[in-house]
Amino acid sequence: MKNHGRLLQGNEAMAQGALYAGARFYAGYPITPSSEIAQECSRVMPKLGGVYMQMEDEIASMAAIIGASLTGAKTFTATSGPGFSLMQENLGLAIMGEVPCVVMNVQRSGPSTGLATKPAQADIMQIRWGRHGDQELIALSPSSVAECFSLTVEAFNLAEMLRTPVVIAADEIVAHMRENIVIPEPGEIPVIDRAKPTGDPAAYRPFAPAPHGVPPMSAYGSEYIMHVSSSMHGPDGYSNNSPDNAARQIARKNGKFEHHRADIVKTKAFDADDAEVLFVAFGAVTRAARAAAAKLRANGVKAGVLQLVTVWPFPTEAVAELGSRAKTVVVPEMNYHGQIAGEVKKVLGADADVRRVNGWNGQIITPRDILKAI
Amino acid sequence: MTCATKPCATAPYATGQQYLKDGVLPHMWCPGCGIGVMLRACLRSFEELGYTNQDTVVVTGIGCTGKLDDYLVTHALHTTHGRALACATGIKAAKDDLHVVVFMGDGDSVTIGGNHFVHAARRNMDLTAIVINNFNFGMTGGQFSGTTFNGAITQTSAYGNPERQLDICALAEVAGANFVARSTPWHVDDLTALIGEALSRKGFSLVEVLSPCPTHFGSNNKMKKGTEMLAWLQEKTVPVDVWRTMSPEARTGVFPIGRLVDRNEPDFNARYREVGARATGN
Ligand SMILES: Cc1ncc(C[n+]2csc(CCOP(=O)(O)OP(=O)(O)O)c2C)c(N)n1
Ligand code: SF4
Repeated sequence: MKNHGRLLQGNEAMAQGALYAGARFYAGYPITPSSEIAQECSRVMPKLGGVYMQMEDEIASMAAIIGASLTGAKTFTATSGPGFSLMQENLGLAIMGEVPCVVMNVQRSGPSTGLATKPAQADIMQIRWGRHGDQELIALSPSSVAECFSLTVEAFNLAEMLRTPVVIAADEIVAHMRENIVIPEPGEIPVIDRAKPTGDPAAYRPFAPAPHGVPPMSAYGSEYIMHVSSSMHGPDGYSNNSPDNAARQIARKNGKFEHHRADIVKTKAFDADDAEVLFVAFGAVTRAARAAAAKLRANGVKAGVLQLVTVWPFPTEAVAELGSRAKTVVVPEMNYHGQIAGEVKKVLGADADVRRVNGWNGQIITPRDILKAI
Repeated sequence: MTCATKPCATAPYATGQQYLKDGVLPHMWCPGCGIGVMLRACLRSFEELGYTNQDTVVVTGIGCTGKLDDYLVTHALHTTHGRALACATGIKAAKDDLHVVVFMGDGDSVTIGGNHFVHAARRNMDLTAIVINNFNFGMTGGQFSGTTFNGAITQTSAYGNPERQLDICALAEVAGANFVARSTPWHVDDLTALIGEALSRKGFSLVEVLSPCPTHFGSNNKMKKGTEMLAWLQEKTVPVDVWRTMSPEARTGVFPIGRLVDRNEPDFNARYREVGARATGN
């Protein structure tokens, strides 16, 4: 029978994407607009022999998915801005300990209740820089329900490949919208599992230099004993404060993202090759940008869209290439300060014509709002 | 434990040396500190219970107590301050056949990490929590914590602590722990036996170890020597059966020691298996 697809909400699609990738451990603390992910997991996990844990707060949620991942499980949590802030220190632990896991941040506006449950894209900088120390991570941003699914599978693949947390920087709009999507059959899209150690267990070093910077990862209970620490550690995982060791560890932990840059950094271009007006957008706002570009094209203006599928590490190459070809670059985003516009300016230089379109009142940015910048 | 070498390999009793990393002694703790005594009691119990390096996960918080994973060759996770129990919860929920043992100070367990402590006990997670209560933040220089007595002098309470102390064992009891015990390094045989019992029990088990910190709490409160602190701990504690016969006034400032709570409620994983059975109709 042909698979005609299912009408799914973005949040449900993220949960389904996690299951497709083989995740069987969810721990979280409910918060709108992410709660449907928890709801879905609470229903499905017990049926699949997986675990749904509702923790006492987001600090504990992040801690629990780290602990569970170290037993070999693929693990994830979902939250919104206020909860994401609480996860930051333990997210740092996951980066330091090189623990694969996925964190879905369905962004909304403001602290606590804030501008209650209205959409925003204002956590972009806290996703990148919210921790202390020199820490890199990956963030992907879906613009449709189909991408909520596919980018979640991708997020787990990258988490496993690089031994790192991956953030899905979703927004309330994609999370709550419903679209028809076709869930692929098992095996149709690749699912990657972390590399496991081989050879003499006594010689295993969980944080040793490795090709492309990612050492194989043991699991608690395995004969390959694994010592994981928030403290600066040597290749064996035990505390080591020597400046040389710290320099090497920090360089490797950051350098592995450089080695894998081609696997990580993804963009999509729509009519962008000859674009004189280029919209650089991400998440739900990509849709408005595409509508605006189509309107301009219909009026004879060469307009196109660069969608940042990967938000962090920043897609410098694509922005530089298409942005320097365009006469005008417009960055529409749902925040006050222009968090991504700043990055685009950094790439294109002070002389480039980079215009901001910002929305911070909890309403989606419309094609009309975007066209006003032209 | 102030010995500078490994325990004798041919000792006719459990030493726990198979869990100790080579070449790490002497340890970092101050002379007279109680952490080493507790660790030795624990490693002996590991051996007696047949724990292997492979099926044991040591989870530590941050502080002097939290440093102990660096001496061990079991699986380990050295976490963030206060979050050890939440990490351990994830480990145990994901893999039930591991022995998960969590070591924390009083700062870790019931001050910054109080929320996780309450909920790990409430869920009756099958974990063994061992808390070194030295009545202050040892590692950061001896500031008052949630277990410091009212009036005590610490680095940040030069005129006496304005706050009152929290009873860690009582908290674990009301939160729902299966097994709760308290002891001190002075009572080392009892301590070893209670740790062994806690490790062998299902559900949330807590051993609170009232412990000397002569360097900070002791020196701030007229007990510069470890031996003075041990004598003080001996004075401050009474066996729980005696304590139960005492008047409320006589109990003030005195800690009951021994086995305080002993229940056999199903642990989280057992209850979650029931959820799984209902979900799948089995
Ligand atoms: C979030 C955070 N806050 C503060 C600290 C600083 N800090 C490290 S250990 C510690 C207290 C340790 O006290 P306790 O848990 O009682 O352990 P002890 O050193 O007495 O064994 C503090 C406040 C930290 N590491 N992390
Ligand atoms: S400061 Fe206190 S708790 Fe820390 S090692 Fe010294 S005596 Fe022990």
